[in-house]
Amino acid sequence: MTGLTRGSARPNQWLRNLNAKIASIPMILTAVVIFVGGTAWTVVYSFTNSKLLPRLSFVGFDQYERLWAAPRWLISIQNLAVFGLLSLMFSLVIGFVLAALMDQKIRFENTFRTIMLYPFALSFIVTGLVWQWLLNPQYGIQSIVRSLGWTSFAFDPLYNSNIVIYGILIAALWQGTGLVMCLMLAGLRGIDEDIWKASRVDGIPMWKTYVLIIIPMMRGVFITTLVIIASGIVKVYDLVVAQTSGGPGIASEVPAKYVYDYMFQAQNLGQGFAASTMMLVTVAIIIVPWAYLEFGGGRKRG
Amino acid sequence: MKLRFLAAALGATAALPFGAANATDLEVTHWWTSGGEAAAVAELAKAFDATGNKWVDGAIAGSGGTARPIMISRITGGDPMGATQFNHGRQAEELVQAGLMRDLTDIATQENWKEIVKPSSLLDSCTIEGKIYCAPVNIHSWQWLWLSNAAFKKAGVEVPKNWDEFVAAAPALEKAGIVPLAVGGQPWQANGAFDVLMVAIAGKDTFEKVFAEKDAEVAAGPEIAKVFKAADDARRMSKGTNVQDWNQATNMVITGKAGGQIMGDWAQGEFQLAGQKAGVDYTCLPGLGVNEVISTGGDAFYFPLIEDEEKSKAQGVLASTLLKPETQVAFNLKKGSLPVRGDVDLAAANDCMKKGLDILAKGNVIQGTDQLLSADSQKQKEDLFSEFFANHSMTPEDAQKRFADIIASAD
Repeated sequence: MTGLTRGSARPNQWLRNLNAKIASIPMILTAVVIFVGGTAWTVVYSFTNSKLLPRLSFVGFDQYERLWAAPRWLISIQNLAVFGLLSLMFSLVIGFVLAALMDQKIRFENTFRTIMLYPFALSFIVTGLVWQWLLNPQYGIQSIVRSLGWTSFAFDPLYNSNIVIYGILIAALWQGTGLVMCLMLAGLRGIDEDIWKASRVDGIPMWKTYVLIIIPMMRGVFITTLVIIASGIVKVYDLVVAQTSGGPGIASEVPAKYVYDYMFQAQNLGQGFAASTMMLVTVAIIIVPWAYLEFGGGRKRG
Repeated sequence: MKLRFLAAALGATAALPFGAANATDLEVTHWWTSGGEAAAVAELAKAFDATGNKWVDGAIAGSGGTARPIMISRITGGDPMGATQFNHGRQAEELVQAGLMRDLTDIATQENWKEIVKPSSLLDSCTIEGKIYCAPVNIHSWQWLWLSNAAFKKAGVEVPKNWDEFVAAAPALEKAGIVPLAVGGQPWQANGAFDVLMVAIAGKDTFEKVFAEKDAEVAAGPEIAKVFKAADDARRMSKGTNVQDWNQATNMVITGKAGGQIMGDWAQGEFQLAGQKAGVDYTCLPGLGVNEVISTGGDAFYFPLIEDEEKSKAQGVLASTLLKPETQVAFNLKKGSLPVRGDVDLAAANDCMKKGLDILAKGNVIQGTDQLLSADSQKQKEDLFSEFFANHSMTPEDAQKRFADIIASAD
């Protein structure tokens, strides 16, 4: 009895909301063991010469030296950089323009929105196969244009080492822009009607209103979209497997595929772990400064 | 094909409670999914079912590169199948060392495998630290050039008798709108084609120096430079193939869209399935017609360690069934590969298989690269050669330098 009265007089910080805390223990454990533990394990084993089965015999930075000397890894990184930058740019620009057009109180908006979002409902494998056929010179776009009479027309990005990554980019944009558009549209709908009225009264042209007023106001939506697109870019794998399986040659390889191939096909876990650690480091280099600015260092923008 | 197995498996589970006390289901995984391969594996299933057990087919589509990771993760993850295909050699080495695979030595001694398996190197590849861990089922050799007689007729040139004549005939084929050499886009195909060129052009001794002794100096030397020169020719001749799977590339030869293909003798199953006759519709040149040497890699079945006593008994039955003369003949005729026993009668064998058997009898054999190199080195070679065949701006000299590096670091 006395304990209870004392407790209710000065509630212990740790015991507040006890039920909620107990309920979240499994989730906390999962996060720590699976995410943090798994990551640490991978990093540790990337310094070993594990082959088919993990084994703790350390070889220092050997795996990393080999990784950065491998032409295939360098091509993968290049591809990811080209693919990443372009898909980030294009999907944001196209997505925003589509959303702005959709926001002009047009008729059948629902129908258009559904059509634009449909590709997103398909998995990457299906998207990849569809575009593999479309871009196949014997059956796809090239043969259709040729059958219309333009016989010298050539469009076979998937069979040309120099431009194959753009063939993959087309498929990725087709699949992803619909979602970006919907996110942007939601952001645009969140803008107060009065702002539009005020800008009209002041005689500001519409494009200027978008660029100088609306976009800065949609900062949160842009950041959410950015994170969603960026995480999709780093892990791109299935699209490449379905469209080209890395070919022609190794021209469209990506880091995630390197990791898989070396871990499971080459039976060299150490090399795969080293590659995946590099992917983690890359992501960390991008995310950590941003997260620090966004969440740390005082709550300026709260 | 698969549906029938499924039906059989379902039937087996339904029938089990009513009797048949000794019928045990055994799941067997493999990557034999093309037409000719599926027909061959049906023979194995038939033979095993005849022993009163049930073969539960676990075919995994997409060739060994896709299938092996699935098989390995099932074995290491504690959900082993009854038996599984691997190319014997080093693919399952670590699984054996980790004690996950069953020791078959007692069955092998009982059935006298040491005597009957020819060449003996096959059983050596199954042997780790004196114990036998796999049952070889066939001999597959890579060193074959398959030529479409129809394609050469259309181009108005004679069917070549060796690699050099083939290279010389390439312009005529191209003029007739035929791709001279079909090379599918999967990396292992370009890699395999290079190994074949190596034996054919540089000879057996050089091949062994490079792949068995891992002599990087030889790999960087003038002998191998000649091989890269030939690979450069092959690359030029393969332009315009634009298919991925090996059987699609073989199909180009069958339909006369391509002049030829460097592919292992498993391609023969496809010709057979298409109703083509060796010597009439297609021509085969072992060792590219230059050096008649064949490698004796092949497929073998490994048996994961299972605690269930019934299942281990069934594993033993399967292992001995696989090496029975009747099974060997039925399976290998459909598959287009050579039997692992020297004492079986292959009167029904066609021209190409007879050529293979002759070479085997003469003892002109080498070990395959799957037996000599680790999966890791093979993958690095695959990366190199798939890039080399696709990227025409890569010079043979650059490629050779990278090749020598791979050999130097091979274990």
